Order: sequence, then C-alpha cells, then structure tokens
Amino acid sequence: MKIHEYQAKEILRKYGVATPRGIPCFSVDEAVKAARELGGKVWVVKAQIHAGGRGKGGGVKVAKSEGEVREWSGKILGMMLKTHQTGPEGQKVRRLLVEEGADIRKELYVGMVVDRGTQRVALMVSSEGGMDIEEVAAHTPEKIHTVFIDPGTGLKDTEADSLAAKIGVPPASVPQARAIFKGLYQAFGETDCSLAEINPLILTGDGKVVALDAKINFDDNAGFRHPEWQQLRDLDEEDPAEVEASKYDLNYIQLDGNIGCLVNGAGLAMATMDITKLYGGSPANFLDVGGGATTEKVTEAFKIMLRIPHLKAILVNIFGGIMKCDVIAAGVVAAARQVSLRVPLVVRLEGTNVDLGKKILADSGLPIISASNMADAGKKVVAAAGGAPKKAKPKSKARAKTRVKKKATRKPMKRKAAKKKGRR
Amino acid sequence: MSILIDKNTRVMTQGITGKTGQFHTKMGKEYANGRTCYVAGVNPRKPGESYEGIPIFATVKEAKQQTGANVSVIYVPPPFAAAAIDEAVEADLDLVICITEGIPVRDMIRTKYKMQGKRTKLIGPNCPGLITPDEIKIGIMPGHIHKKGRIGVVSRSGTLTYEAVGQLMELGLGQSSCVGIGGDPVNGMKHIEVLKLFNDDPQTDAVIMVGEIGGSDEENAARWVKANMRKPVVGFIAGVTAPPGKRMGHAGAIISGGKGTAQEKLAVMEECGIKTTKNPGEMGKLLKSVLK
Repeated sequence: MKIHEYQAKEILRKYGVATPRGIPCFSVDEAVKAARELGGKVWVVKAQIHAGGRGKGGGVKVAKSEGEVREWSGKILGMMLKTHQTGPEGQKVRRLLVEEGADIRKELYVGMVVDRGTQRVALMVSSEGGMDIEEVAAHTPEKIHTVFIDPGTGLKDTEADSLAAKIGVPPASVPQARAIFKGLYQAFGETDCSLAEINPLILTGDGKVVALDAKINFDDNAGFRHPEWQQLRDLDEEDPAEVEASKYDLNYIQLDGNIGCLVNGAGLAMATMDITKLYGGSPANFLDVGGGATTEKVTEAFKIMLRIPHLKAILVNIFGGIMKCDVIAAGVVAAARQVSLRVPLVVRLEGTNVDLGKKILADSGLPIISASNMADAGKKVVAAAGGAPKKAKPKSKARAKTRVKKKATRKPMKRKAAKKKGRR
Repeated sequence: MSILIDKNTRVMTQGITGKTGQFHTKMGKEYANGRTCYVAGVNPRKPGESYEGIPIFATVKEAKQQTGANVSVIYVPPPFAAAAIDEAVEADLDLVICITEGIPVRDMIRTKYKMQGKRTKLIGPNCPGLITPDEIKIGIMPGHIHKKGRIGVVSRSGTLTYEAVGQLMELGLGQSSCVGIGGDPVNGMKHIEVLKLFNDDPQTDAVIMVGEIGGSDEENAARWVKANMRKPVVGFIAGVTAPPGKRMGHAGAIISGGKGTAQEKLAVMEECGIKTTKNPGEMGKLLKSVLK
C-alpha cells in the first residue's frame, strides 16, 4: 500500500527524522493560509500523488510570495500530472503540501527495502541525491553504499556513522544523519514498511540534515495490525477496478489489453497472461480468484472485467485442487446469466471434479467455448478476441489511445453499474 | 527414495483445529500412507482432544516426544504463523512446512534470524506444500493428479505446479517429489536447495523448475546447476507480461528497480544450460525432450 509524501513525513517525524515544516492542503485558499501560517519568505508547493518524478512533471514549484503560492497552487491543483510512473494520461492532483523553503547545500539519497538475498532489511545511501536512484545504480553503482542490518542488533552507530561519512556528511553533522538512519530503521520495522525512501536527504547551509522528500510503502500482509492504514489510504490514487475487486477479496490488477483473465492461483494467473500474449493477444487484467472462490466472487469478477470498454473476450483458466471444477463451473454459469455477457467466453477446466464441471457448462446452453488444455485455451481466446493484430502499431501511441479511451468511458459505465445496483 | 518426505515421515499439524487445518489433515491422512504418517496435532488450548483419531497436544515439543513426529505442517492464521514456525524450530524438528499465506515480512525476517544455526529446514510460507506421490502428501495440492515416477518438480507457485504435474501425467511421466517453495520474498528453502536434493536423489532423473518474476533465486539456482547438476533441468518463468512495480498476487512476485524480470531470469537459465520455454502449456513436452 502506498501513501502520500506528507503522510510519510508525519510518520518519520515521530521517529526523530527532521523534515521541513509543512501543511497538507486541498484548496488554493488553504494553501495561501498555510503559507501565512508557516511564515518566512519562500515556500514550496508540492503536488501530492502516489507516483514519483513529480518535480520533473511540473508538480513541485518554489513560491517567493503569497501571490505566487496562490498562482502555483491554482495551477497544480486539478492538473493531470504526468511522470514516468503515472502512465501517459497522468494522475489528477487533488492534494498539495505547502512547505517552508529550504537552503539546500547538498542532496543525498537514503533508501530502505527488504533484501531477499540476505533476508534482512537493507539500508542504501548515496551521495547522488535528488535523482532517480535506478539511474545511479545503472551508471555509477560505486556511489551507492549498502548495509544489511542485523535483526538482532539493529543498525549500529558505527555502521550509521560510516555510511554518513561515505556520502559526504561533514563530521559535525554526522550525529544528525545517524539519528535519521536509525529513526528510519525503527519506523520501517514498527510501521511494517516494504519500502522507505528519503530522496533527497539534504544538508542545509547551516549544517542541518533534513528529509526534503519522503516515500513509504507498507507491507500489505501486515494490515491486520495497522487499523490506522484505513485513514491513510487514498482511493483516488488507486485504479477503480482494483478498488472494486479488493471489496470482494479478489486479487486484481488492471492492464492495457483486451482479453479478460479469470484464474485460480497467482502463478497460474501470470502464466495465463503470458500464454495469451504468446499467441498474439493482450491480457486486460491479472486476476487470481484464490482457493476459496464462491459464485458471488466469480460473478463480481465477471462484472469488473465486463466494465473494461475495449474487452474482446474472457478466458477462465482453472486448475482445480481444493477448488472444485463443478463449483467454478456453477459460478461461471450463474455469473454469465446475471450479467449480460457481451464477449466470447473461453473456459478451460482441469483437476478435481473436472467432468462434473464440464457437464455443468455443456448443460447450461451458454455459448461457452471450451478448451482442452492451456495452449488450446490461449489459442482459442486470442482467436475469439479477433485474432492477433496484423501489424503492431507503435507501442506508445497505441497504448496512449486505449488509455484515453478507457478514461473517457469509465465514468458513464460506472454510473450505469450503480443504477443497476440501485434497482436491484 | 525421494526428497524431504516419504512413507516413514511422521507429521504433526499445527493449527489442526481450524477449518483449513482440519480439511487438509483429513485429506493428507486419506492419501497413500497418510493413516500411519499423520500422528499428531497441536493447539495450546485443546490438549487431550483429538481430531479424526489424531491426538492433539499443547505444544510441538510434547507432540514430538509423545508421537515421534519429525515434520510439522502449519495452517495457523497469519498473525500467529511465524511464532508457530519458531516453536517447531525450537523443538528441533527435521522439517517445517508453512502453508499460511499473508505473513508480514517483518515477522519472517525475525523468524529466519532465529533459525540461524538451527538444523530445521523450512518450506514456505505461502506454499502448497510437498508430495512424494503414492507415499505421502503434506499440503493443499490435489493428491489424485500425481503418480509415482522419476521427475522432480520445484516451484514458487501452487496451481502452476499442478499445471506442470498435469502436463507430465498427460505424457505418462510420474514424479519423485513435488515441492512448492512458496511465493513470499523471505522464505525457507529456495530453488537451489531443492535442486541440490534432487541432484542427490537416485530416483530423480530430471527436474522441472518453475519460477516467477521478482528476486534472483532462479538465477542463483541456474548458476549452481551449471556448475554442479548432473541431471537435466528445464524451466518456465511466469510473468513475462507483468508490468513493473505491480505485485502479482504473491508478495514476492514484483519487478522492482528494473530487477527480477522474467526475461532476465530466462536468459540466465538458458546461459546455464537449462532449457526454458515461454509457453506454460509446454512445460511437460520440454521436460520429455531432454530425457535420455
């Protein structure tokens, strides 16, 4: 789960990480009021979206008067901010962070992730702050210094001090850097982060060490012990289809293609996407219905996929283990009757009670295309969706087109769905 | 022979009184030698009771002492699952298989740290378990799709393992053992460790290795195979079409920082002499093609 910069900074402050003073705002008037409250002569107006690269996209501006705060807030609020992480249509800015200006002498990088190799938390620091750390890793990997933190001792003072020195923190400021590294590690553990990043961490003209930006992702598995995450979640930043799916405990990710996939198991779901692509099609989504799928879950999954305007076909691929094929078949039939199935449906069943499942599908009278194995399913669904495209268009253009289309038609679709629900 | 488990294994179920624990203990007991293999259950609140004739003990240690169980399977809910692994490791069991999905990474880091220097092996968490066909099944996989044979299967995913097994069966190829190592980033045995066991198992002729995006376990395993493996290995990696930055169901299945892509893994595997396919429908065929 992702949160906003201002929320991440609030968390880090509790762990002794110094940040500029700032106030989150939802309107231009609030932004001006915030600047007044903060005082000083320079402010920074920062777009709050979950994607990175906001500065380059024009979402971070320095204001040197109240008038400029008003001007920039007005321009940034409501804009479709495009960054390398948002996709071509951008993300609408609905929140701002107004902060006091900072006197930047040097920009550094601090990041923390779980390292799979050592199975420990890794603290990575670099003298090259303020830029994309993946670029640094690709071109000047020697400028990144890493410590794999011993879970028994935590981050040691000597480790923290040595890292600080390596990235050019002057001796007088090292204790501040140490406090930040240790605070970050404590925050990482106690709040169950999967990623925490301060980029840039700055040295100010007067020798202070301050987190100018902050990013935190949480480990979704730890949600049960963090009821406070509900308050931090911003549904506007999430894909509406994914939000809807999460209500039914469906593991769903929206993609760009036109073939809907309903599968049990994450690995098989990925493999199903892959085989669709292999035969020239393009998956519209990742969907793992899990081991305990019910008729209701399957029906909701169908509804979510059918909301994709450019959907051309649906592939159901089930290898029944604990999940029995007859249960899935009954769910598919019930779902197909409840929603108006406007695209061809290819079903591949295998495993427990497969014959019973196939009989249910055959007896339903529904125009279901049945597939005998995974390869057959892949071929049939691509053919049903209109076959492989004859000549691939330039990728970025084609993508932009479908994205825009999706966005434009999403709202009316939603309203329709809401109406339907109301009637029932 | 086989790897890790066989008909002489004695199993206890931690979390035997929950719905999932009950169901799969029953299925395990009904499979092949299950009746003699499943000997104990653990629930601190229900010692002295029994389920399907299997006695329940308060602790793992007691269950081991009373029944001789040397392997544990865990169906305990996520908030308590890591502690359940700790208890099994403390009791010095040979092997712990944790089926539970959704354990916080922080808990697993602590558990793995505590396991340092201990003898107990861990499979999972978030895995289907393992099976030595026609001998013993520990986990949630459907027993009936398997048959005894000479192919080893190791995989990070559950249903994709069944898919591989299904394809082998269509070609008349049985399995020595099938191991689901799980989809979490911090887990027990990795591909490489399971491959080592298959390499030393006289009843395994060849291995299917199924991986997915995220991490670099498959690459590490591939390099080991190149240097040490005496048997053919074939592979498939799920997630060629997965976009970066999105968690594909499994906590470990995410491409981050440009690392852990399927393409990268497939390239390293090929370099190391592991035949791979991009078609998940052809895992069985590919394996058959490398058999002598």
